[in-house]
Amino acid sequence: MTLIDLANPSRFLSLTARLLPYLVAGTVVLFAIGLYLSATAPDDYQQGATVKIMFIHVPNAWLSMFVWAVMSASALGTLVWRHPLADVAAKAAAPIGASFTFLALITGSLWGRPMWGTYWEWDARLTSVLILFLMYLGLMALWRAVEDPARAARAAAVLTLVGAINLPIIKFSVDWWNTLHQPASVFRMGGPTLDRAFLIPLLVMALAFTLLFITLHVAAMRNEILRRRVRSLQMMQARAASNDMSAASPASQPA
Amino acid sequence: MTALAALIRRDIRIALRVGGGALIGVLFFLTVVVLMPFALGPDLPLLTRLGPAILWLGALLASLLTLDRLFTADHEDGSLDLIVMGRTPLELACAAKALAHWLAAGLPLIVATPVLGLLLNLDMVATSAVALTLLAGTPALTFTGMIGAALAVTLHRGGLLLAVLVLPLSIPVLIFGVAASEAAITGPVSFGAPFSILCALSLVSFVVGPFAAAASLRHGLD
Repeated sequence: MTLIDLANPSRFLSLTARLLPYLVAGTVVLFAIGLYLSATAPDDYQQGATVKIMFIHVPNAWLSMFVWAVMSASALGTLVWRHPLADVAAKAAAPIGASFTFLALITGSLWGRPMWGTYWEWDARLTSVLILFLMYLGLMALWRAVEDPARAARAAAVLTLVGAINLPIIKFSVDWWNTLHQPASVFRMGGPTLDRAFLIPLLVMALAFTLLFITLHVAAMRNEILRRRVRSLQMMQARAASNDMSAASPASQPA
Repeated sequence: MTALAALIRRDIRIALRVGGGALIGVLFFLTVVVLMPFALGPDLPLLTRLGPAILWLGALLASLLTLDRLFTADHEDGSLDLIVMGRTPLELACAAKALAHWLAAGLPLIVATPVLGLLLNLDMVATSAVALTLLAGTPALTFTGMIGAALAVTLHRGGLLLAVLVLPLSIPVLIFGVAASEAAITGPVSFGAPFSILCALSLVSFVVGPFAAAASLRHGLD
């Protein structure tokens, strides 16, 4: 089944209606496993138990960038291939991505207070993630600023693709600048430098958060499709009502 | 080529007229810079230290203010539709409009910088450093701001949304602009590195800005 088979909204709705319970179940199971592994992970020799914030902070940070990448792919789908549900996917993903970015900033800030002695620092990584958060908010504002969803979709698609330049900047900011935020420990040349005892729970939690994103995304896409149907029905109803009224007015009666 | 030259000439002429908006940017720049000493107090060394940052911030906000009129005036009287439907490639037309906007609204800011530098107790070296970085950086502000202007052109209350959209893209220009100015004033850190990145940002915006703005106009207007 290719993406184009899902282009029919009714087909998409029926398919995801059957798929959603399994996605929810999978997310719950993965979170249970991940949280158990995080709880039983050893304490860091330097950071103590505080290191366990990593199991929430890092997956959220990864997902904040992953969601923007998903939105960029959807933007290409809207502008290049005119896939009917691409803009629904993009609109549904924006608030979820913004939430992940916000959580990454908050958990990072709470982690920074005991570790670095400060809640915030204007270094390259934190600044670029904050800029990403502002771009998410701007994108959400743009979606709601235009009345017609199809036109809003094209404008938002352009903005998404322009903002995608921020993703490599965030990823490589710790390499290009002298930052307080630590350098890459997992996705780097030469493999992860994280010990197995921390790497396994981290990857499980990352998988759990990714499945959470997929579940929320699918549910949000279903809501958006239904919301557009309601809007179309309301417009049809308004048009029918105005037709009735103009048909009933004296001016249109035969003399 | 004549079509683009005509477009540039037209835009500059309109901008320099009374309701045009070229002078409004400079006035806003002046307002921001004049208000700063009132807010910070008459502490001259402090003003000298903050001078480049205040000038850059004022220039950024002034260019944000004037960006609104890049496309809206043409949209309202219908000439934007003619430009979109014309034979000149829309990307080049957008680049021409941005160039004209920078000449009419960005250059006056740079010309005003030495005068305003006096208000902030900046010496010759500092003022010329700031002016040079503004010269390299304000094109980036105009060309990336054009993307937001194109996205917001069809909205009624587009002005505020435009600022929200453009701001994250302008922050790197601000950071490197101030870094380059500071480096020129206070020695040991090299001036060349942040200045080169600033020029690179402008050059990239010359390419990305017109393409993104043209795509927005094509898809956004109906």
